[in-house]
Amino acid sequence: MLGSLMSYSPSVDSKTENTDELIATGVLASLQNFIRKCIVAVLSYGPMPKHIAFIMDGNRRYAKFRSIQEGSGHRVGFSALIASLLYCYEMGVKYITVYAFSIDNFKRDPTEVKSLMELMEEKINELLENRNVINKVNCKINFWGNLDMLSKSVRVAAEKLMATTAENTGLVFSVCMPYNSTSEIVNAVNKVCAERRDILQREDADSVANNGVYSDISVADLDRHMYSAGCPDPDIVIRTSGETRLSNFLLWQTTFSHLQNPDPLWPEFSFKHLVWAILQYQRVHPYIEQSRNLAKKQL
Amino acid sequence: MGWYIRASRIVSELGKTNLSPSPAAAAASASASARTRCDADRLTGGSAAAARPSMSRPSVIIKLILGLLWFIVHLAISLCSLWFDLIYSIECYLISFGLIPKYRKFQLDRLKHLAVVVDSREAKNVAKINQLLCWLSNVGVKYVCLYDIDGVLKKTFAPAMNGSRYGNSGKYLDVGANTKALTCCHKEMTIECISGSDGKDGIAKAASLLCSTCVNGNRNTCGNGEIVFTEADMSGALKAIGCGGPEPDLLLVYGPARCHLGFPAWRLRYTEIMHMGPLNSMKYGAIVKAFYKFSKKYQNFGKFVFSFLENRNILQ
Repeated sequence: MLGSLMSYSPSVDSKTENTDELIATGVLASLQNFIRKCIVAVLSYGPMPKHIAFIMDGNRRYAKFRSIQEGSGHRVGFSALIASLLYCYEMGVKYITVYAFSIDNFKRDPTEVKSLMELMEEKINELLENRNVINKVNCKINFWGNLDMLSKSVRVAAEKLMATTAENTGLVFSVCMPYNSTSEIVNAVNKVCAERRDILQREDADSVANNGVYSDISVADLDRHMYSAGCPDPDIVIRTSGETRLSNFLLWQTTFSHLQNPDPLWPEFSFKHLVWAILQYQRVHPYIEQSRNLAKKQL
Repeated sequence: MGWYIRASRIVSELGKTNLSPSPAAAAASASASARTRCDADRLTGGSAAAARPSMSRPSVIIKLILGLLWFIVHLAISLCSLWFDLIYSIECYLISFGLIPKYRKFQLDRLKHLAVVVDSREAKNVAKINQLLCWLSNVGVKYVCLYDIDGVLKKTFAPAMNGSRYGNSGKYLDVGANTKALTCCHKEMTIECISGSDGKDGIAKAASLLCSTCVNGNRNTCGNGEIVFTEADMSGALKAIGCGGPEPDLLLVYGPARCHLGFPAWRLRYTEIMHMGPLNSMKYGAIVKAFYKFSKKYQNFGKFVFSFLENRNILQ
């Protein structure tokens, strides 16, 4: 889970390196970069997903297996998230959604929840301060979920980040926190009902004949009021650490999404896992497209 | 802030290539759009074709090389997957003959409700579905919910079902009484059939029901404040319209891809989803293996999972 993050201790980068090492790492980095571009070029020949959703599971297990402090697992997870985000951008994936914090997670130990919230706030503020990274990929950040359940400082920071990136037209990065698919659906139902009520109250003044007559709520009405309105449905949903559940994540939007559950834990998720995920998607793409078109025809 | 340094490095690399998604990706998509333009030209009689500049030779060659590499990669993956499928088939046959000791006995207590999602085209094969139901009751499943998006299974099984389908929380049929469905099994198993219309459409209907309590002849039932229905209200509404069945513990997906194809959202929240492959190549051993994996999942964590399940607290 993305949630808990602590300030990262300085990495090797800040230490002084001699020139040879610098050249070696520079050459190696360029080579890695070139290989990565070749792989992306080959992959892009086939159908590429437009929207990938991640359930970032396994941060605490990662910390446990490596006998490091629990919060550090989430820190490494955050690095993995940013790296995956940028790899997806390179591949031309326009929408990325991550499951950062579930409403169910509030039931955890209060001190743990508090530390998670503090760390989330810290990371949001870091993103606000270092906006170059966001602006260079022209990233628009959304927060999906019941923001009212968050503490005031986190909510304010999140709303500020949304506001500052609202005009960006590149990558769309949606962070689900705190989120539950069922509460998203209920929220949409509430909004549609309120809309209906307002329409009828306005019509009230016009004609009495409309008394009690209104059309049923349709799937399209609910679609318009989901947090994900305007985003296409996810093509791939990846849950790391091999778990097979969806845990109340995007249940409405994943009708034709390819559900994948690779074994690596989230902090271990890297470029090669992403490439493998997309290769799997490309293999089943014809079937999913066919199913989607058949379903559309039936409507 | 190591993440920031790493991110900046990646972004500066992107910056050298004009900050657009990989140029090769752009070239591939440009060539794809050129392909569609060519198709469009052909449709319009090719009159406009002469006006379009032809693609440069190097980019055609690059495109061909990329295509060839892509094809080779996928061919290699298909061959590997064929090999693994072979090994899997052999294992399944060994399991079904009881030759692998660990699969002979396992606890199915945690599995109270099972759901099966079938691709609609494969669902037309009634013999296979019946065989699947037979196998499931053989293993000891007490409750099965069959789902397919188009409603093929509902049409196949529903005429044989008596009892009111609506008005209760999704009516089920005692298979013991339905000799048409299961002729080879002697165990009792409850079967429920649902379709895509119980998924999103069911939620929309429940929403209409809730809305009608608020916005009807008496317009000010809910006042002018915010309308606040809760998840419990939705669950109640779903039950009232007949879409409120039990939440399955395990969902088996029979089809070419691991997709839930619109299974009702309110019942899919914490369900384990396992992909079994196409229905035509279903194997008894695969079902046993899936149930074994399911039972192991809850056994290994023990007490931790128990408290886990109390809170339905899944993310770690």
